[in-house]
Amino acid sequence: MSIDPLVLLAVAGGGGLGGMARLAVGNLVARYLGVGFPWGTLVVNLSGALLMGLAAGGLGLPGPGAGPAWSLLAIGLLGGYTTVSSFSLQTLTLCQQRRQAAALGYVALTLGTGFAALLAGAWLAGGLP
Amino acid sequence: MIAWRAYGAVGLGSAMGSTLRYLVSLALAGPAFPWATLAVNGLGSWLIVGFAAYAARRTHGRVARWKPFLVGGFCGGFTTFSLFGLETLNLMHQGRHMAALSYVAVSLLVWLGAAWAGYRAGQRLALARG
Repeated sequence: MSIDPLVLLAVAGGGGLGGMARLAVGNLVARYLGVGFPWGTLVVNLSGALLMGLAAGGLGLPGPGAGPAWSLLAIGLLGGYTTVSSFSLQTLTLCQQRRQAAALGYVALTLGTGFAALLAGAWLAGGLP
Repeated sequence: MIAWRAYGAVGLGSAMGSTLRYLVSLALAGPAFPWATLAVNGLGSWLIVGFAAYAARRTHGRVARWKPFLVGGFCGGFTTFSLFGLETLNLMHQGRHMAALSYVAVSLLVWLGAAWAGYRAGQRLALARG
């Protein structure tokens, strides 16, 4: 396998910016909606899925040789912006707090609205090519 | 002052996590099934809960002090929800509905199973170190 240094740089730069955006959005959402339920991660993942749908509709679904634009935007920025690790941690924490309904609701909301946001993004961008 | 340090730590960790995720996706590249994303999301879930459980018991340890870099940064950038969704959509688009459905189901099991295992590991490690 060959690694294009430009692509690697795009992924790293995008991932760094995406992580900082995740922190900013998470903090903002927590300030308005509180920290009793992981609204911040939900908003981050939903908005990231919507943007990923837009990117996929605009740039097309990635093939094996994805260019620097896809690497920067999708793999770096949006890949780094959205997160599964926080989702897993928060779901486990809700379970350990014996808030089973909240945990189940969180999982269902994340998956259900996540896929809906992704499809909405792809639809807004004119559909998947 | 504290804010920009947190942003710096998260940004740096996320850049490193994203780069590593990309390298894993190259190493496990295969058109059949998105194993690479499943692997990074499982491993990242294990790590984040491990770090959190360890830091909760050793509140002045190195892991606790490096938490923004390790948790919000590295684990956050390493794992990805948007690419998971896109890959599921891609499988659906190819007409492989069973593969798409099993990808979602297996992912959920792996994420939460890994989180539980990470919790046990982090706690055990913190206890072992006194």
